[in-house]
Amino acid sequence: MSNELLNEVTVFVLAIFVGIEVISKVPTILHTPLMSGTNAIHGIILVGAIFIAAGASSSVTIALGLVAVMLATTNVVGGFVVTDRMLEMFKGRQQSSKTPQTK
Amino acid sequence: MNTLITLAYLVAAALFILGLKQLSSPKSARNGNFTAAAGMVIALVATIPQLHFTKAGITIIAIGVVIGSVVGTVGARLVKMTAIPQMVALFNGVGGGAAALVAVAELLKFGAHPAFTVAFPSVFSIVIGSVSFAGSMVAFAKLQELMTGTPITYPRQQLVNGLLAAAIVGFVIAVLAIASVPFSFLSLMILALVLGVAFVLPIGGADMPVVISLLNAFTGLAVAATGFTLNNFALIVAGTLVGASGSLLTKMMSDAMGRSLTNILFGAFGQVHAGAAAAAGKEGRSVRSASAEDLGTLLAYSRRVIVVPGYGLAVAQAQHAVRELADVLEKRGVEVLYAIHPVAGRMPGHMNVLLAEANVPYEQLKEMDEINDEFKNADVVLIVGANDVVNPAARSSPGSPIYGMPILNADQAKNIVFMKRSMRPGFAGIDNELMYDPKTIMFFGDAKDSLTKLVQAVKAA
Repeated sequence: MSNELLNEVTVFVLAIFVGIEVISKVPTILHTPLMSGTNAIHGIILVGAIFIAAGASSSVTIALGLVAVMLATTNVVGGFVVTDRMLEMFKGRQQSSKTPQTK
Repeated sequence: MNTLITLAYLVAAALFILGLKQLSSPKSARNGNFTAAAGMVIALVATIPQLHFTKAGITIIAIGVVIGSVVGTVGARLVKMTAIPQMVALFNGVGGGAAALVAVAELLKFGAHPAFTVAFPSVFSIVIGSVSFAGSMVAFAKLQELMTGTPITYPRQQLVNGLLAAAIVGFVIAVLAIASVPFSFLSLMILALVLGVAFVLPIGGADMPVVISLLNAFTGLAVAATGFTLNNFALIVAGTLVGASGSLLTKMMSDAMGRSLTNILFGAFGQVHAGAAAAAGKEGRSVRSASAEDLGTLLAYSRRVIVVPGYGLAVAQAQHAVRELADVLEKRGVEVLYAIHPVAGRMPGHMNVLLAEANVPYEQLKEMDEINDEFKNADVVLIVGANDVVNPAARSSPGSPIYGMPILNADQAKNIVFMKRSMRPGFAGIDNELMYDPKTIMFFGDAKDSLTKLVQAVKAA
């Protein structure tokens, strides 16, 4: 196994534990926004899509690159925007909940 | 330069982790989304100096980014709050599709005999990414009601899926051991797309959130695999984080529904028949219904009313009408509470968002554990467009597909008003015993119209 691969596997294994640890106690009402938020994060595939698109020269790689960049950008942008829209609602709700608590 | 780029990726990865952490607590959730988005921007900026653009390359990136941004923003902005679950499915699917395409392009680059460390993660990404893409599209179609939400089953379904999986394994071996030629990995992609469709078809619409969460984790893993192919740490960390947290989230969601993941994914086999048989046995039984005026009087002279909102309320856009009814009742001194089942709507938290949109005060929204003991003290429970979450079969009939799901104790209230469009069974496709309960009064019609009629009736009472 090359050194680089070894490093990558190390990072991979540690990231599994971090991923599990970080969301171990999330309330039910946040399940949907959290799913949507992680959904936006895997839009990082846009980095990969840009790599293959940048060097595209044949018609096949051009087509692949174009579609990949398009899909990945939709994932990133749509993912973050839709999550924000959901969480915006939650925030409003929490503000309204503060009013009666101070009575 | 290389050190700088690696450090930038490290910062991006740290921001993703921090963002996820913030996303899992209600107070910081919105900031968490921004934190993760900032990480994304840093990762993308760090990528640019590494690129060697061809003329075509820079053009297609520009076109792709513009189209993707417009589609993503417009889709996410315009989607109705009720349709958010299917939007999430769609955005997840395109991510999986992108991962598969990137892997295809990589394999093309390396010729017929790529190193195992390139070929293995690439075929993994092609298979998992394609399953996620196709599965998400079916989930979208089911939730958008472009197709039936009930499980689609056919004879020997498991055998067909097994054969598909076996064929995929065969092509994986062919690519890895014989030759990585376009025919092999394109066949692989097509088979994986078919498997994605076949995998989601037998799963009922009510279980879609769990499926989307699982496919979300799949896409994460496909992205991580692509990271191995490209030797890119940002992809490995972000993809793995989503894969791991998504898997745990999937488990938590199925726990909240009181079901095992295996039961959700493969439970449609056989159980549908049990459900159908049970429903058939109840044919010809009568239900009680009443006029809006009668119900208005009943509601107006109650002391405590509990509203059980469900997806039907969301579909009819009746969240404002239900609040109006609550307002007129409260004016008469009736206490109104809302009982929110964990999976009310179509995703956990969905109903909270919809009612918040209609300005229903937060303190009236009660979670299941909080309110389940209160039903016996309620004069009227008003079920608006909910069905499976109040179905006593979840408690009493072990053969039912929803057996074991925690439900709201609506059956303990003194009177039950069941507002429904028709006698049609709910999303899980099973009959609801509660409709035949002697305490139950059915009130048929579109939720919004019916609620408006009730508002008039209460005012007149």
